[in-house]
Amino acid sequence: MSNVSIENLGIRLTGLDILKDLNLEVAAGEFLVLLGPSGCGKSTLLHSIAGLIDVHEGSMAIGGQDVTWADPKDRGIGMVFQSYALYPTMSVERNLSFGPRIAGVAKAEIAKRVDRAAKMLHLTELLNRKPSQLSGGQRQRVAIGRALVREASVFLFDEPLSNLDAKLRGELRRELKQLHKDLGATMIYVTHDQVEAMTLASRIAVMKQGKIQQIDTPANVYGKPANMFVAGFLGAPSMNFIEGTLQVASDGERTVLFVSPTLRADVSGYGFATPPKGGERVVLGIRPEHISLTEAGSERANGNALVSLVEPMGANQVVWLDAQGVSLAVDADAQFTVPALDRKIGFAIQSAQVSLFDLQSQERL
Amino acid sequence: MSTVMVNPGSQSHRQVAPRKRSAFTPARIGLYALLITSAIFFLIPLYVMVTTSLKPMEEIRLGNLFALPSKPSFDAWVEAWSSACTGLECQGIQVGFWNSVKIVVPSTIISIFFGALNGYALSFWRVRWAGWLFGILMFGAFVPYQVMLYPLVRTSAMLGIFGSLTGIVLIHTVFGMPVMTLLFRNYYAGVPVELFKAARIDGGGFWRIFIQLMLPMSLPIIAVAVIMQLTNIWNDFLLGLVFAGRENLPMTVQLNNVINTTTGERLYNVNMAATILTSLVPLTVYLVSGRWFVRGISAGAVKG
Repeated sequence: MSNVSIENLGIRLTGLDILKDLNLEVAAGEFLVLLGPSGCGKSTLLHSIAGLIDVHEGSMAIGGQDVTWADPKDRGIGMVFQSYALYPTMSVERNLSFGPRIAGVAKAEIAKRVDRAAKMLHLTELLNRKPSQLSGGQRQRVAIGRALVREASVFLFDEPLSNLDAKLRGELRRELKQLHKDLGATMIYVTHDQVEAMTLASRIAVMKQGKIQQIDTPANVYGKPANMFVAGFLGAPSMNFIEGTLQVASDGERTVLFVSPTLRADVSGYGFATPPKGGERVVLGIRPEHISLTEAGSERANGNALVSLVEPMGANQVVWLDAQGVSLAVDADAQFTVPALDRKIGFAIQSAQVSLFDLQSQERL
Repeated sequence: MSTVMVNPGSQSHRQVAPRKRSAFTPARIGLYALLITSAIFFLIPLYVMVTTSLKPMEEIRLGNLFALPSKPSFDAWVEAWSSACTGLECQGIQVGFWNSVKIVVPSTIISIFFGALNGYALSFWRVRWAGWLFGILMFGAFVPYQVMLYPLVRTSAMLGIFGSLTGIVLIHTVFGMPVMTLLFRNYYAGVPVELFKAARIDGGGFWRIFIQLMLPMSLPIIAVAVIMQLTNIWNDFLLGLVFAGRENLPMTVQLNNVINTTTGERLYNVNMAATILTSLVPLTVYLVSGRWFVRGISAGAVKG
């Protein structure tokens, strides 16, 4: 168990700034997920923590020890790659013991560690096989085992489940979470899969263009996104955005209204960072599951729209609405009987769940 | 629904005439004719060599080049191997055979080792000016030997290894370097770089990753390299003649000496036997390992 702290990290590859002035604190025992679209620098960050990419500026420490220029093997890390990266000419047992053998660990100790890792990952029967004789899931377990046998204090995962099929991915995801619980080691996990991020992470760092956009618990990243990028990146279907203006009316009690051609909503309960003066151009974000469908023209409705498409998902269904040119996704019960396409319908939003963003800066208000 | 329906008539018609490719279309006949003629064309010299080497001189003097030997005997082969004259000495070409072995074995091993090492370093380690170094090495591959001959003679004389076994092995190693490096660099380009990174994290250094991880993975391409170097160095005449020195002349040079030693009658049967003996090694290598050669080439070209 070690904490990882990164200060003002800058990484330049072929003259391009991939990361700049990046600061990151990972507490000991934490499961941090780096989430972002491809090319956002999350893998670069992970590889620089591993010591596989040279740092251009800044410093990093693992377990309080400065490792900015340390060799990968001296950082107390274990890494799992997307392509497994198993040594093809060695048996599973030799793959697992390669690291400790180089480090000169005593034979009995190596055997003990390999045995324990194999038990943990259900690899005991496979120890004499070659990687080519294993299935994808087994290969990835061997790769995880390699990090276990190294007794790494920080585990680095570079999209470890992306090469697996959906069912196996779900299983291995659960095993990883269990492993983290059992070991209590620090884990840093790179993925572009938001389900993996939400389920595994104790904190998620959402990245874009080499910058961390938001770093918080999964619930907060999902529920209180720091900007429109984070809001749009998490959730499927993604958050609905509606442009409009804020109106402040102070007849006795001060009320704040969000007004747009699509909908009107009372957002007085919203936790504004600075109280609005009225007239601000804003974007209202609302998740599909926080919109409910009503009768057209109902009292409760915040607006009216036409039904344009229905996607049945089994447990639920996604109803797409056309509200005066703005497309809205609504997460409805599977039992809910949707009116025929192109019928007029009302919709109500849970105003406690909205997010408001500045139209210009796209930052959360 | 109507589009799914199949006309029953056409279906039965198809079952009646299951198509089988006929073996004798005009195109096939043309193809075989071409292949057989070219095979005969290339095999005639070999045929003449083998039959002549099995005939005694009296039969050869009759001039029936294509006739089969009436009483085949291996006398000429024995003479070529153990008592044919190369200049003043008459010990056959066996001396050259063992000289060639002494040259080929170390040259092949050393050039492959360094070629693999170069390819590995260029593919996985960030070498400063790697692109330029590789470019210069490749440039060397396109300069004809003959141009470099004199400078190389002067250089090796200066180093004191001119006309020695060390000298000729070094020369062959150097000349093998561009192609060997290219071969291994391309092979390692197909190896996922994550494998190397994983080994780095496991604590592997430059040599350990090379010897314990990369070399065992390189067996297919090593097979190709062995075949290439073995046949190239065995077939070499010019470098052996110039650099090997009087004591270490390779088989190809000895063969030339056997054939060009003119004292009295030209012993065609001995010459033919000596020639076959000399070409036997590369010929065997091709016949035995041609399969691996093709497999290795394609393994180098395609990932995985």
